[in-house]
Amino acid sequence: MQTFKLTVNGQQKEVTADPGTPLLWILREDLKMTGTKYGCGIAACGACTVHLGGVPTRSCVVPISLVGNRPAVTIEAMADDPAGRAVQDAWVAEDVVQCGYCQSGQIMAAVALLKSVRKPTDKDIEESMGGNLCRCGTYVRIRQAIKTAAKQLA
Amino acid sequence: MNRSRAVTVPAILCALVVFAAWLAASPGSAEQSAKRNASDNPREVGLAAWQQIYSVMSHPRCINCHTAGNYPQQGDDRHRHFFNVVRGPEGKGVPALQCATCHQSSNADSTGVPGAEGWHLAPLTMRWQDANDKALPSSAVCRTVTDRSKNGGLDGAGLVKHHQTELVKWAWQPGLRNDGTARSVPPISYEQFMAATQDWVQAGMPCPQ
Repeated sequence: MQTFKLTVNGQQKEVTADPGTPLLWILREDLKMTGTKYGCGIAACGACTVHLGGVPTRSCVVPISLVGNRPAVTIEAMADDPAGRAVQDAWVAEDVVQCGYCQSGQIMAAVALLKSVRKPTDKDIEESMGGNLCRCGTYVRIRQAIKTAAKQLA
Repeated sequence: MNRSRAVTVPAILCALVVFAAWLAASPGSAEQSAKRNASDNPREVGLAAWQQIYSVMSHPRCINCHTAGNYPQQGDDRHRHFFNVVRGPEGKGVPALQCATCHQSSNADSTGVPGAEGWHLAPLTMRWQDANDKALPSSAVCRTVTDRSKNGGLDGAGLVKHHQTELVKWAWQPGLRNDGTARSVPPISYEQFMAATQDWVQAGMPCPQ
């Protein structure tokens, strides 16, 4: 066991954990921030996506020992982020969600895309969101909601 | 005294024969002897060294990121990278699905994700495969590697330096898969690879026909 200091959504946190513990379980189990979801555990579905040092990151495969001093931002902080707010509003407006389980990861990926590309094309959206799976098949609404959020941010 | 000499001479001869046999069977001896035989022909030395370099470059740990298409590969069977990963404009993925979305600055053995500083795909100009993901032959890879219009302007010294980067060295310390087993490594050691690189550069970087 080892003690790690990390910044999550702007707040300093300290946790004691095995160095190999994935960031996802630090967030969910140690910090009780359950907005970030466990889907597959092998980076295959994107449900666990957070931003680490500004990079959308699959928290299920990043051990706490490799986080370093990069600040983590999770779905819990998106309401206070202009792009995050726009995406969440668009998600509601386009009625994207069905079961909702994958949606925190979808929103984190969509925000990362919009922070990098202000007016994403269909190809931009398909490539960037291609690693986030939705078993309800809400992909068409996700694409529309990203375009709606992009218009709101323009 | 005479009797003693009569015993010693065959014993020495026998020891020499055993030593010669051991030398012939020892690892690297074929390579050393090829080098000796070709030592008066620098091109031959260089070509022999190149074949060693190619044995590394065509190994999955290296060639999986020197693809000809819009995606990297994974595994010893060199299958297309799972999870819809794409190359992106700079070989580092796309905004919401970057290489760094999973690959960190070092291997994550507890989760089975490989990593090293600067993880990225080689540019398309440095592809070592054809459009069907089949490894290009030694001669074609050699021509690509030595073409400064394709290799980022690297001369011999630049290629040696490239082989000393953390990303290249990673091939010999590729970490564990998510089932806890070790990834395979290239057929020769990193030290042998670097020695071959030096020999090849010194010989003028010859390429096979």
